[in-house]
Amino acid sequence: MRCFIGIDLGSTTTKAVVMDETCRVMGRGITNSRSNYDTAAAVAKQEALIDTRLTLFRNSLSAFPSLAGKVDDILADIERNFRHVQYLEKLEDLEATCLENTGVPRLADVRATANEVIATVFARLRADSGELFAPGVARKSDFFRDLAGAGFMHAAEAACKDAGLSFDLILNVYDKSIIAVENREPTATMESTFLRALEKSGAAGGGPEVAQVLKDTLAVPLEESYVVGTGYGRVRLPFPKEHIRSEILCHGLGAHMMFPGTRTVLDIGGQDTKGIQVDPNGIVENFQMNDRCAAGCGRYLGYIADEMSMGLHELGPMALKATKQVRINSTCTVFAGAELRNRLALGEKREDILAGLHRAIILRAISILSRAGGVQDEFTFTGGVAKNGAAVKELRALIKENYGDVTINIDPDSIYTGALGGATFAVRAVTQ
Amino acid sequence: MTAAVKEPSMLLQKEMIAGNYEAITSAPETGRKVSSTFVPGNLNELLMCFGIVNNLPEINAIQNGMRRLSGDYIMEAEKGGHSEDVCTYVKADIGMMGRGNIAPNGKPFPDPDVLLLSYTGCYTFMKWFELLRAEYKCPTLMLHVPYTGDGHVTPNMIDYVVKQLKEVIIPGLEEVSGVKFDIDRLREILALSAKAEDDLVWCLESGKHKPSPIDAYFGGVYYIGPIFTAFRGTQEAVDYYTALRREVQARLDAGQGPTTPDGSVLTDQKYRLVVEGPPNWTSFREFWQMFVDEGAVVVASSYTKVGGMYDLGFRHDPADPLRSLAEYCLGCYTNRNLPSRVDILAQYVEDYQADGLLVNSIKSCNSFSAGQLMIMREVERRTGKPGAFIETDLVDPRYFSPANVKNRLESYFQMIDQKRRGANKAA
Repeated sequence: MRCFIGIDLGSTTTKAVVMDETCRVMGRGITNSRSNYDTAAAVAKQEALIDTRLTLFRNSLSAFPSLAGKVDDILADIERNFRHVQYLEKLEDLEATCLENTGVPRLADVRATANEVIATVFARLRADSGELFAPGVARKSDFFRDLAGAGFMHAAEAACKDAGLSFDLILNVYDKSIIAVENREPTATMESTFLRALEKSGAAGGGPEVAQVLKDTLAVPLEESYVVGTGYGRVRLPFPKEHIRSEILCHGLGAHMMFPGTRTVLDIGGQDTKGIQVDPNGIVENFQMNDRCAAGCGRYLGYIADEMSMGLHELGPMALKATKQVRINSTCTVFAGAELRNRLALGEKREDILAGLHRAIILRAISILSRAGGVQDEFTFTGGVAKNGAAVKELRALIKENYGDVTINIDPDSIYTGALGGATFAVRAVTQ
Repeated sequence: MTAAVKEPSMLLQKEMIAGNYEAITSAPETGRKVSSTFVPGNLNELLMCFGIVNNLPEINAIQNGMRRLSGDYIMEAEKGGHSEDVCTYVKADIGMMGRGNIAPNGKPFPDPDVLLLSYTGCYTFMKWFELLRAEYKCPTLMLHVPYTGDGHVTPNMIDYVVKQLKEVIIPGLEEVSGVKFDIDRLREILALSAKAEDDLVWCLESGKHKPSPIDAYFGGVYYIGPIFTAFRGTQEAVDYYTALRREVQARLDAGQGPTTPDGSVLTDQKYRLVVEGPPNWTSFREFWQMFVDEGAVVVASSYTKVGGMYDLGFRHDPADPLRSLAEYCLGCYTNRNLPSRVDILAQYVEDYQADGLLVNSIKSCNSFSAGQLMIMREVERRTGKPGAFIETDLVDPRYFSPANVKNRLESYFQMIDQKRRGANKAA
């Protein structure tokens, strides 16, 4: 199969989208951007190719009338097992790296004990992994770093105590090791992991015929026909210049692919806010971005979440519970933090303050939109902040107030907009 | 970074500017009087009549920006209580004074004998000279230049400026210099100005060719150096522009583009732009390189007109010296109202067959920046060519964010590409 791939190297996450030559989305992948963009791009791409395999499985399984109504469950089972096998493979790598890192002269005296602790901890992590990847379990994160990290801390603290070893020492070894593992490009082939997953999975319970079809599907080569990179890290991609597109163009085209009626796009990402006008073909006509400073961008919410000791995803739901809105004037992230503490000290409720903070972000976005030429029907909202219900609520209200009734599109996969545009450029580069 | 490669005329103008710094800093020995004055609406010819040396604080700020000194100077001025949002030329100048007022040749600037404020279209200029007056306690001569709010210069405005020249400026300069005003001397000087102006216009208009033999923004700021500063009206300037014209003609004959800082010749010009607004000086070469890397050449710019809109037909006129000085001051680019600026820029996009208008909006220059977004939209509407907006600063290095500027420029160039492809498909 010919694959056309778009990779969006964002400041927070790196996304990839795989398309076939008819511009059909076959797979999506996401990973944290790390400090190493090369690895982030490789991992995101591999994730998107994994997702593409799952799509191919789905297509193959759909051909079996006997499996009607069961395909979703089978696929979920395959994916779950795949993730489990993948997790175990990475644990193996992490353990080996930890053991390597205890080999330094500084730890010569405690090396044997440290290695025992590490062996205990990883045995525990492996044992617990079954539960982590059991059917129906919602994981807090899909990123290895987060999953392994949480489990490690928990298990290592107890193991260190039992062994009379300093927890800080083990933590230090872990920190060093996870960075190395995270920055290593994936080595295991996805096909071998899938084979292990298929063996493990009961999903192929459709009988030997189904199992064979899945294996045959796995043998279909995924040929990388053209890759287009975008996002802030795009210059780091080892691509020739014509394979690199600005994220403005990719977001414009990506929004057009999701909603062909799009004329205005608002993207609020980690470090920038973009207002983009596109023509009926998705070609960018005009754009504006935040100038000189990243106030009011996605990172603003991240900072506020840290200030309030909350998870980023918890902010929106809490703000939606507000009964009134506390006015926050500052668009400067740091000042907003100060305002926040001041309001808390004055006895304002957290949800009311958060509602005000969300409004402050959206007001800033509205100002960028007006600089970009206003909002035209249809309007598409993309970027990580589009997943935040409170931000969306404010945006809807302000759009209505300023521009009247406008169709507002938000795709649940809007985080992939830039990568989607990139993949579309990749298809166009070859077929047009 | 290797040394920037320059065209011969650029080296020549560098020598001229260095010569002027020498004249200024040696004034205590030569006994010449020194004036401080600004680039827009400068009365260099008049100062020459009195043998007064011309020191231009804006040029000093630019020099300090390019030599990476302005950042420290600005901080120095901020320590002295000047706000972060004040024009950074002013702060670079004030900061330089605080740090010993050393000229680029390493010698101290002498205190000015007179502050000649000959253009009031920029309100900040007035405040700037107020600060300098407090510092130097020397006479200030102010020429009030009415804003052309209706888009044209009226006979009344000219009369008003001429009256001030006769009653305030000329007597003031006579007193400072001890030299009697000689209008015939002024006529001779103005004749030389007009000659240089003809050649400058020819060079700037060479941007209409494809490929353009000049970069009318990054290269342009060198080309305007002599005529916008202390050399208009001198034989040196006439010679400089003759040489520049020969140099540009040679590139035209060879079908070559301008020399770029990395030494390459930008002949393969993928994008032709009109640029509005001053450049950033602290990262001047890096900024230029962003255009070069993408194959973009600037074919016309408004910044190269701040010291006179000669391409619109104005020439200093020896037959009518004082009125022509008045018209010159009134016709400064930033003294024109917004509709006139839209007309000029839209005409440039058409006449120079540009792909669009790029605005470099300067954080601390309201004189330029107010209304620029509206200007861009209107030029887009009239020409049907896409515009783009980037934001930097004059000489404050803190306000040049290379990643963001590059990102916007690349997006703009790719947008032009897309539009071209779309148009080809439709055709």
